[in-house]
Amino acid sequence: MEKFTSHTGRAVPLRRSNVDTDQIIPAHWLKKVTRNGFEDGLFEAWRKDESFVLNRPERQGATVLIAGPEFGTGSSREHAVWALQNYGFKAVISSRFADIFRGNSLKNGLLTVILPQETVERLWAVVEADPQAEVTVDLEAREVRAEGVNAPFELDENVRWRLLNGLDDISITLQQEADIAAYETGRPAFKPTTTPVG
Amino acid sequence: MGRTLAEKVWDDHVVRRAEGEPDLLFIDLHLLHEVTSPQAFDGLRLADRKVRRTDLTIATEDHNTPTLDIDKPIADPVSRVQLETLRANCAEFGVRLHSLGDVEQGVVHVVGPQLGLTQPGTTVVCGDSHTSTHGAFGALAFGIGTSQVEHVLATQTLPMARPKTMAITVEGELPDGVTAKDLILAVIAKIGTGGGQGYVLEYRGSAIRSLSMEARMTVCNMSIEAGARAGMIAPDETTFAYLEGRDHAPKGADWDAAVAYWKTLATDEDAVFDAEVFIDANELTPFVTWGTNPGQGAPLGANVPDPASFEDPQERIAAENALTYMGLTAGTPLREVKVDAVFVGSCTNGRIEDLRAAAAVVEGRRIADGVRMLVVPGSVRVALQAIDEGLDKVFTAAGAEWRHAGCSMCLGMNPDQLAPGERCASTSNRNFEGRQGKGGRTHLVSPQVAAATAVLGHLASPADLSDAPQLVEA
Ligand code: SF4
Repeated sequence: MEKFTSHTGRAVPLRRSNVDTDQIIPAHWLKKVTRNGFEDGLFEAWRKDESFVLNRPERQGATVLIAGPEFGTGSSREHAVWALQNYGFKAVISSRFADIFRGNSLKNGLLTVILPQETVERLWAVVEADPQAEVTVDLEAREVRAEGVNAPFELDENVRWRLLNGLDDISITLQQEADIAAYETGRPAFKPTTTPVG
Repeated sequence: MGRTLAEKVWDDHVVRRAEGEPDLLFIDLHLLHEVTSPQAFDGLRLADRKVRRTDLTIATEDHNTPTLDIDKPIADPVSRVQLETLRANCAEFGVRLHSLGDVEQGVVHVVGPQLGLTQPGTTVVCGDSHTSTHGAFGALAFGIGTSQVEHVLATQTLPMARPKTMAITVEGELPDGVTAKDLILAVIAKIGTGGGQGYVLEYRGSAIRSLSMEARMTVCNMSIEAGARAGMIAPDETTFAYLEGRDHAPKGADWDAAVAYWKTLATDEDAVFDAEVFIDANELTPFVTWGTNPGQGAPLGANVPDPASFEDPQERIAAENALTYMGLTAGTPLREVKVDAVFVGSCTNGRIEDLRAAAAVVEGRRIADGVRMLVVPGSVRVALQAIDEGLDKVFTAAGAEWRHAGCSMCLGMNPDQLAPGERCASTSNRNFEGRQGKGGRTHLVSPQVAAATAVLGHLASPADLSDAPQLVEA
């Protein structure tokens, strides 16, 4: 997992509430065998409409998604997070996220930031008035900054520590490598291995 | 205070224990198949990680594999890509793989035990819920999700919260014609599909002790259908006899050391379970499911239940929906329910003993007109053994189809599927809507009941066969 300290980038204002994971990544994409390559499936149905915000030329290369409330509801598919990341998003800002989606996002290093709805509205206004406007999501200082906006946010201290250090579950376990190695040394000789015999 | 079998195996695998954290458990054996592993390998690649213990990891192909024309390219592109991905991943990461066409290929839960890899007192995981099968050897065996598969590949450990324990004590003797499948279906009907939630089940008592290893695997296999995290049976002489001489079983002095250790694993007399269930083996009869979850089952001699007879409103609604989906009318004797198909196979009942039992019933008989019977060995080894014993001939002579090893009709992921509305007596483990193919209707049964049903064309037990038409020899 990549470390997340602070990120600055252009933003996509997504003025929709209750964006469910089926809209983020439709079910037929779940047959894939990889964790990448989901970018074309992101908001697939909406992207068929040329005027959809993600399709506009001035939004290409944006890395921060500013969405309406209840983002990520519905099925628990982790693919929704992968799709947002594959597309290039580093952070999603909303006034409310569905629990499972939020858990999945933080496990995968996609920072989901909760801000009051009026702050979200102000951010929308800023990035709609000037598509080149940059938004900074600063995890160290725990604040979101944009022109005329300086909004603090909260995040569980343990989760923040993991993100700042780029630690997923596997990384954390790998920090206990010495314990694992010690255990392995003490395993009885009669334990089976899959090494082919004969 | 004494400890249970599950607690002993758990304690022997704790790599690290810290206040307020789940235990970090060492995993002795990691089984892989094509469906739940691709994203895990992809995760390793993205993070530039290796498989920590390729010597404790083994893969086989089963869910997507066809059971006919296995030398031809796989027709379904999605299945083909999953299999090709597994092959590429195993080659890249150095994992032993048994591909379609290999003599050790087969359903992952049949392959592990027959190689002697599944041993008492080990921890076994696989990205598949029926990993509980391996508990028959006194192993602690869990099904896990894809992110956990990746975790085990990278670290050979898994952080896990300690489960509770439940004793399922079955005393007495199973009556003639009553099998391990009937026993576990009766257990599930008794405790419900959520009854085992959060528990590791330990099956014990004289009826369990007298079961063969194959039958014990059938019982532990379906622990998951009772909602449990795992099912276990204490290892004993039956276990040791099954293991001795197998490819990966300990040899020489290691064997003696292993057996000495295995003998210490049984639950202590003063150990306390978090919950206990008692079942009288003498009262069990052949069991079949009538609904769309494995808990909706009844003795074969019973009638399709009336939903109104369920006190719990949720259960009543579930029963109503199930009867609609299954196309059944309350009050119909289960023995009068006609079937279109019969499936003998799966990790529940696809081992040699199951095939022998089914063959003994159809031997010298013809399966009913209009009934399609598929016999699918759980592994290539099982198939070879069956062919050696002439069982394949018994099945084909009776009009059944003898197929190549794989998951086959247990789930609708390969070409073996029910057509919409088709009704099947199946020795597999799940009767969910559409499990065996869209619109298909499944009755879970034992191999004996499946075979008798094939002969008579309606749900039946071998005891019903005395008046069945006998094959006249020319
Ligand atoms: S036989 Fe059925 S239950 Fe067993 S592993 Fe295959 S699909 Fe799963």
